[in-house]
Amino acid sequence: MSRASRLLLMVVMAQMLLSVLGAGAAHAQSAAPAQSAPAMDRNGSATGSASDLSPSAQGSKLTLQSLADEVGHNKVATAFIWLMVGFALVFFMQAGFALLETGFVRAKNAVHTMGMNMVIFFIGVIGWFLVGFPIMFGGMGHLTTLGSIVNLNGMLEVAKGWGILGTKGFAGAGIYDVGVLAFFLFQLVFMDTAATIPTGAMAERFKWSAFVVYGFFISMILYPLFGNWVWGGGWLSQLGANLGLGNGYLDFAGSTVVHAMGGFVALAGAIVLGARIGKFNKDGSPNAIPGHHIPMAVLGTLFLAFGWIGFNGASTLAGGDFRLAMIITNTFLACAFGGVTAMLIMWKQFGKPDISMTCNGALAGLVAITAPCAFVAPWAAAVIGVVAGGLVIGGVFFVERVLKVDDPVGAVAVHGFNGLWGVLALGIFADGTYGAGDNGITHAVTGLLYGGADQFAAQAIGAVTVVVVALGGGYVFFKVLDMIMGIRVSPEEEIQGLDLPQMGTLAYPDFSGSAPDWVTPHPSGLGSPPGKTVPATMTSVSLDEGGAGA
Amino acid sequence: MKKIEAIIRHIKLDDVKTALDEIGVRGMTVTDVKGAGKQKGYTEQWRGSKLAIFLNPKLELKIVVPDDRVAGVIDTIVQTARTGEIGDGKIFVTNVEEAVAIRSGARGRDAL
Repeated sequence: MSRASRLLLMVVMAQMLLSVLGAGAAHAQSAAPAQSAPAMDRNGSATGSASDLSPSAQGSKLTLQSLADEVGHNKVATAFIWLMVGFALVFFMQAGFALLETGFVRAKNAVHTMGMNMVIFFIGVIGWFLVGFPIMFGGMGHLTTLGSIVNLNGMLEVAKGWGILGTKGFAGAGIYDVGVLAFFLFQLVFMDTAATIPTGAMAERFKWSAFVVYGFFISMILYPLFGNWVWGGGWLSQLGANLGLGNGYLDFAGSTVVHAMGGFVALAGAIVLGARIGKFNKDGSPNAIPGHHIPMAVLGTLFLAFGWIGFNGASTLAGGDFRLAMIITNTFLACAFGGVTAMLIMWKQFGKPDISMTCNGALAGLVAITAPCAFVAPWAAAVIGVVAGGLVIGGVFFVERVLKVDDPVGAVAVHGFNGLWGVLALGIFADGTYGAGDNGITHAVTGLLYGGADQFAAQAIGAVTVVVVALGGGYVFFKVLDMIMGIRVSPEEEIQGLDLPQMGTLAYPDFSGSAPDWVTPHPSGLGSPPGKTVPATMTSVSLDEGGAGA
Repeated sequence: MKKIEAIIRHIKLDDVKTALDEIGVRGMTVTDVKGAGKQKGYTEQWRGSKLAIFLNPKLELKIVVPDDRVAGVIDTIVQTARTGEIGDGKIFVTNVEEAVAIRSGARGRDAL
C-alpha cells in the first residue's frame, strides 16, 4: 500500500469515528433540547427556516410579497433541477444507443457504428443551436413552468392558429435567458435521440460523409418541423382549439415526435441504401447476420431504460407535478411487459428466449408508453407493453420478409411502429384524470374507452402526419443525397468492414506493435503491399494463401 | 518423432489431458478450431431467421512425441475422447523432421 493511500485510509477512519461520536451527541440533544442554538445541525431539524428567505438573509423586512416571490422562485427551481436531471438522464441514452447498435452489428463495423452514435450528438448540438431549436420552439409563447420571462413569439402561420414553423432564436439570438436555455438543453437531447435512431437501421453500409450531411438535415430541419407542429404550438397541437378534436394532437414525451420520426427516417434510409450484402438470398428469403456482442447490446438496452426515467419523467417540465411518479411507474410497467412478452413469443416460436429480441421488446414497450405515460392508468400501461412486445416481433418480420428491407437492429419496428402505437394508445386509454389545460383546452385528456372519440381522431391525424413527414421527407432527402454524393460505401469496403476503409482503425485489432509498412492503412484502405494485390476481404495480415506477410 | 493432431470435442479436453498426463505426456498445443466431417451442422436462429452452423466448433491438440510413444498417446486419446456418437473427431499422425527447444538449444528427442 502506498503512502498516499495509507494516509487516505487514516483520514477516512478518523472521519468514521467522528461521525459515530457525532451521531451519539445528536441523539442526546434531541432527547433534551439544548438551551443555546446548536452550532451544527446534525439531525437536519434546524436547517431551512424563515431566516433563510432572501429578504431576511439580506437584512431587509420580510413581506407577503417577498415571501410569495421566494415561493415562486422555489417552484421554478424544482422545475429547473428536474429538467437538468432529465437532461443528464436522456443524454446518457446516447451511450445506450451506441452500445445497443454496436452490439447488433459485426465486429468489422464496430468503430463506424459506435462513431456515428457519438458524432451525431455533436452534429445535432450544432444544428439545434443554429436552426433546429428556433424552428421547433421559436413560436411556442411563454414557458410557463420555467419562469415565463421570454415570449417565444416567432411563428409562421398559414392561417390564423395554423402554425407551421417557429422563427425566433436563430443561433441563440433573443433567447439569452436561463428559462429558455434550460428548455433548450432538455429538448436538445430529445432531438439527438431521434437523430441517432436511423444510424442503427443504416449501419454496416452508410458512407460516413453522407452520414455527416444527414446529421445536419435531421437536427436542423426534419425533426424540428414535425416537432413544432406537436410541441411548439404548431397546427397539430391546435386541432383541439381549431377543430374541436379533444386536446389537440398529444404526444407526451415523444412516441412520434422523437421515436416514430427516427424510426421512419430509418426506414427511408434503409430503403434507399438497400440491404447489406448477403442479407437476402436470390429468392428473397432472409439470412441471419448475428451481431458480434450481445452483452454490449443488453447493457445498451439497460442504459436506455435508465435514461427513460428522465425522458418520460422529466417531460412534466415541472418538479412539483407529482404525476411524475405515475409516469415513471407506467414507463417501467410497459418496459417490463414488453420485454417479457417478446421473450415468451420468441421462446415459443423458435425454441430459445432470444435475448436480442427481448431487448427490442423492452424498448418497444418504452417507446409505446412514451406518448400515453402521463394520461393512462397502470393497467393500461401493462396492456400497452404487451401489445408492443408482440408488435415489435411482427414489425421486425414485416420489415424483413414483406418489405424486404434490411434493418440490422430493428429500429423501424421498435421506434417506428411502436411510436405510432403509442400515440394511438393515448387516444384509446387516456382516462380523463390528467392533462386539463393541455394545448389550451380546459378538460382533461380523454381517450376512446372513456368517450373521447375526438381525441382518438386527433391522434390518428398526427400518426399519419409523422409517417408522411418522416418517411416521405427522409426518402426524398436520402434519394437526393444519393444522387449528389452517394450514401453507400463500395461493395469492397462493405465486405472488408467499414472500420478500416472508412474510419482508419479496427475496433479489436488482434496484434499491436510494429508491422511492415504496407500493413498500415493505405489511402485506399486496403493496406496492399506495393505491387501486390491483397483480396479485399483481408483486413490486415492474413496467413491464408501462403502468408501474405511473408 | 511424430506429430499427433487430434480433433476432439470441447467437453473431452480435461479427460484427455488428465489421461495423457498419467502416461507422462504433458507437452501439447491446443487450438479452437471449426470444421466439418461426417457430423452434420446444426441450425440456430437469430431474431427469427435461420442460422445454419455447418462448421462445428472443435478443439485441436498438437502433440509431438518420440516414435515409441505414438501408439500409447493414440490409444489414450481414443479411449478418453470417445463417446460413440458421430462427431467424436479424428487423429492424424505425421513425421516431424526436427525439433528445437528455444531456451536450451536442445535438438531432437531432447527438445521434447
